[in-house]
Amino acid sequence: MTADVLSKGPAGPPPDEPVLRLEAVRKTYGSAVVLRDVELEVPAHSVTALIGASGSGKSTLLRCANLLEEVDDGAIFLDGEEITDPRIDQDAVRRRIGVVFQAYNLFPHMTVLDNITLAPRRVHKVPRDRAEADARELLDRLGLAGRAGEYPDRLSGGQQQRVAIARAVATRPRLLLLDEVTAALDPELVGEVLAVIRDLKDEGMTMVIATHEMAFARDVADQVCFLDAGVVLERGVPDEVFGAPAEPRTRAFLRRLTEAGRL
Amino acid sequence: MTVRDEAVPDAPDSRYEPSARRLARERYKRERTRRAFAVAAVSSLVTAAVLVALIVESPGWQRTRETFFDAHYARVALPKVLDGLWLNLRLLAVCGAVVLVAGLLIAVLRTLRGPVFFPVRALATAYVDFFRGMPLIICILVCVFGIPALRLSGVTHDPVVLGGFALCLTYTAYVAEVFRAGIESVHPSQRAAARSLGLSSAQTMGYVVLPQAVRRVVPPLLNDLVSLQKDTGLVSIGGAVDAVYAAQIVASRDFNYTPYVLAGLIFVAITIPMTRFTDWVAARMNGRQAQGGTT
Repeated sequence: MTADVLSKGPAGPPPDEPVLRLEAVRKTYGSAVVLRDVELEVPAHSVTALIGASGSGKSTLLRCANLLEEVDDGAIFLDGEEITDPRIDQDAVRRRIGVVFQAYNLFPHMTVLDNITLAPRRVHKVPRDRAEADARELLDRLGLAGRAGEYPDRLSGGQQQRVAIARAVATRPRLLLLDEVTAALDPELVGEVLAVIRDLKDEGMTMVIATHEMAFARDVADQVCFLDAGVVLERGVPDEVFGAPAEPRTRAFLRRLTEAGRL
Repeated sequence: MTVRDEAVPDAPDSRYEPSARRLARERYKRERTRRAFAVAAVSSLVTAAVLVALIVESPGWQRTRETFFDAHYARVALPKVLDGLWLNLRLLAVCGAVVLVAGLLIAVLRTLRGPVFFPVRALATAYVDFFRGMPLIICILVCVFGIPALRLSGVTHDPVVLGGFALCLTYTAYVAEVFRAGIESVHPSQRAAARSLGLSSAQTMGYVVLPQAVRRVVPPLLNDLVSLQKDTGLVSIGGAVDAVYAAQIVASRDFNYTPYVLAGLIFVAITIPMTRFTDWVAARMNGRQAQGGTT
């Protein structure tokens, strides 16, 4: 899969090039600075967890990386190619990035199978038979065999989110962005979605995960990035950030979570 | 995979016996339904009796009945009115099809982004603004009498065609607005999801936005079609004989208005199935899937 994706680039990235790299990214809404000089490197086959309070800029960072938002300053690189260059083909960039949203955003007028095969068939021109066979195999692995013909509103939140993940990975993206994918779920449904993400990690999927699930972040992430008011305050391996945070604000954030019973 | 779905549904509870409480409750509900039926029947009869009495006892009833509800004139006028109705129905079918396609096209043109499309957007917007505000009857007069006056070679003078053209102009503007409202009612998150899968903006419109938009606007669209059906009668101002004009011809010959009442009732009789059909379509769509996108 890696070789397949790499061959798409004009020359192919250098071997050490991170899949995603943010350089001094700045984003404002009106007078509010949402991201301030954000630097981030996401190596291939690694999982990066973005943590921080609501409004700290986690979702905005993901939306900028997927070009759903335009950055004000700085640059974002995907496999070494600057995707914030206005001359770039945005559709081609988005084809290489999968996104899973907090509210699933499944297409309500399509069956589960059609939701998953839409992009493979229409964007990647995979023949219908093969796209559907792949989708069914994917559904099977996500514990959703037999759900292919259902409409999304007949499924539980956890099932819908697993379908959304299947839809995002069906195009074999180079990078998967997950935006608080368990935040809209009932507590007993969170586990089934996290199990799917863990499986994706084992398969070597490169992921950036904005999350409030600290135990999960600590367990699954290779790198944790703590955002506070649009600034990356702390970045490191989970045991450092959670075990021995250097910044007082990180400590305060983690203490609040501990008190709330979330850690 | 560790995820497992759906507990096995409970086995049917074969030993369940309804309790005395449940039986009493159901007895009471049946009794209440019977009483409700009786009350509804009595009140309907009384209302009908009062209305009939009011009309029949009015001083002019005898004359009114002869002028508006005369079976003889109804029989005389019926074939002519039905002949005219055939014109209404053909106009409805042709104009309806044209209006739906053109309306959708105009609505999509108005959503195009980018500087290249500015003139297209501007023209579509100007068209909708103009013809939505223009009274239909003036539009028909201008088309039916104005276009022949230009003496263009190869352009028809047929009042039916020109009147139909005017109907299409006006109704396309209405229907384009209905479609546009539908397009805008699809939540932006649906577009974001489609674009993040790599779909182009045209593909996003075609596969994700329009299918949801069209489903949502079916009831108001059928509403406009019912309205169009009635307005097909206005082509008669150019001289074409539709159901209403046919009734007028009979009525003014015999000084009896029964043909008007007949034509009106026929229109109502056609509209009612269309309305029920609208309700049925809307209900079926609601039953099959969620209308709203997830936020």
